[in-house]
Amino acid sequence: MVEPVAPLLQVEGLTKHFPVKRGVLRRTIGQVRAVDGVSFTIGAGETLGLVGESGCGKTTVGRSLLRLIEPTSGSIRIDGRDITRLSRAELRPFRRQMQIIFQDPFSSLNPRMRAGDIVGEPLKVHGVESKRERRSRVAQLFDRVGLRAAQMDAFPHQFSGGQRQRIGVARALALNPRLIVGDEPVSALDVSIQAQVINLLMDLQRELGLSYLFISHNLAVVEHISHRVAVMYLGRIVEHTDKVTLFTRPLHPYTEALLYAVPVPDPAIKRDKRVVQGDVPSPLNPPPGCHFHPRCPYAEARCKLEAPALREIEPAHFAACHLLNQ
Amino acid sequence: MAAVAPGAAAQPSPSSTQVLEVANLQTYFYTRGGLVKAVDGVSFSLVRGETLAIVGESGCGKSVTALSLMRLVADPPGRIVGGSLRLGSTDLLRLDEAAMRDIRGNRIAMIFQEPMTSLNPVMTIARQISEALMLHQNLSRGAALVRSIEMLHLVGIPEPAQRAKEYPHQLSGGMRQRAMIAMAVACNPEVLIADEPTSALDVTIQAQILEVIAKLRRELGTALILITHDLGIVAETAERVIVMYAGRKVEEAAVGRLFARPLHPYTSGLIHSIPRLALMRRESGPADGRLLEIPGMVPALSNLPPGCSFAPRCAHASELCRREYPPYEEKRPGQWAACWHPVVGDSGG
Repeated sequence: MVEPVAPLLQVEGLTKHFPVKRGVLRRTIGQVRAVDGVSFTIGAGETLGLVGESGCGKTTVGRSLLRLIEPTSGSIRIDGRDITRLSRAELRPFRRQMQIIFQDPFSSLNPRMRAGDIVGEPLKVHGVESKRERRSRVAQLFDRVGLRAAQMDAFPHQFSGGQRQRIGVARALALNPRLIVGDEPVSALDVSIQAQVINLLMDLQRELGLSYLFISHNLAVVEHISHRVAVMYLGRIVEHTDKVTLFTRPLHPYTEALLYAVPVPDPAIKRDKRVVQGDVPSPLNPPPGCHFHPRCPYAEARCKLEAPALREIEPAHFAACHLLNQ
Repeated sequence: MAAVAPGAAAQPSPSSTQVLEVANLQTYFYTRGGLVKAVDGVSFSLVRGETLAIVGESGCGKSVTALSLMRLVADPPGRIVGGSLRLGSTDLLRLDEAAMRDIRGNRIAMIFQEPMTSLNPVMTIARQISEALMLHQNLSRGAALVRSIEMLHLVGIPEPAQRAKEYPHQLSGGMRQRAMIAMAVACNPEVLIADEPTSALDVTIQAQILEVIAKLRRELGTALILITHDLGIVAETAERVIVMYAGRKVEEAAVGRLFARPLHPYTSGLIHSIPRLALMRRESGPADGRLLEIPGMVPALSNLPPGCSFAPRCAHASELCRREYPPYEEKRPGQWAACWHPVVGDSGG
């Protein structure tokens, strides 16, 4: 797939190292390379799915985009403008354009605030002074995400998990953002509620031309909602292409392992299980060379020494593996 | 591991191999918000070596059912107010706590979702497994240690003798879950209950743990009750499935039958609302467009509607559904459901 439009978001070489401190003096004894040189773009109206297992750095990537976490190096561009080193004040107009929805609808809403005030708060912060104007906008937002305006005065605990996630979506929409980062936005929801929220997000994208970075460990959900998908393993992108290609013709052994590990919800389909062995290594002490080599069934001597670069193996299909196309 | 072909596993006939019989189990919670019937009249049986899955969403009563079987429901606020739990010839509900302690971890054992909270952080893995063996099987300390290491080997922990000396925090999530499984099966229980055993794990680790559980079932012949919300795990692991909604059993069938021709609109809704990977669909081509939704939300158990609990969310609901709870009956051979207007015709998946 060719880039349809100039990218709204362009991330290059994004890196985040967290210092590891020990002892009374809190001396730095090492670095966790949570994100290690990640690059991607997201176009207007496009959804990039970011998948991987715990500790792969996908959440850190999402938060770095909004500079909720300050990246160690690399650049983040919105419409070509580098926002990585802007001051708080300079960042403000860009913050309006990017919002985030969190995983846990129980801890991400202030329990002492009324739902309407939670959704209206970004409006207040970003200068919508009139209370009446705010209320009417919030009522609109409630309606848009499938909540009743009458529920504006209720507190978060009076809502179910699915409804709370709708409040989170309404809050994210308040400032008419162009990009929404969804960090596992449906993972805490029951199966029957998940579909409601996924449909809502996709409807909103169609109507408002939103772009999403959709972060999830649930491959089936990512395949459903995304246009393109990047797979991360221990801080690096190991494969990146359009969703149809990724989910039908994966190139990287890790992507293949992930896809084959997902249980099939259909007893009529029999599939040979290829269970990849070993644990996900600690990001504090990742294996040298290709991070996946200790678990990779195809690993060779070279994989233990040299980290493979992300290369374009087929048109618009990137993978980081020594064994491809040699 | 290959799943069972549709319709292959017939309803097991009650025979001498039956290990567990649950009849009309009722577990209620007495809360300030009112009476909560968390489990309301659930019955099922289990034969040796069989895997039964109990599926449903949060609050459906699947975990309380499991805790009731172990008699681990916190009292107060909870209490098993009715029914019988027959393990072999023993009615668990008639035992005093001391007698129950002899059975728990011995003849019936449980694996929990989060191994870190169910393992003792200040005891080595070996001591935790040995404790059960010394208590229930009268093994000496030395013999129990040897057996513990064997168990760790059986569940696929590398260097078991070394790992046995470690504490839970020294193991990864997957290894901890293996250790807990080793502890649960150490006394060779007749019934093993696994409550969301892989929900806290990454998908590649989940596949490993499911493989371990399948292997143990084959080798030890333990009957397994698998509690999960993941229909993929159900399809790959279970032979028979019970679907619960709002404290009650709404459908039961062999796994192939249930997925191919669900009767209850809730079961059908669940099966059709999940997105599926391209590799797992029978027809190829991208899955676009809208997912099927089950509208509304799970009702509060303290405030259930009269009639069928699912009626407010059900497209087929009639006046009758809203008035009267449907009888639980065999609608097709080997397939039971509680529904006035069961789904007819093939859904085909």
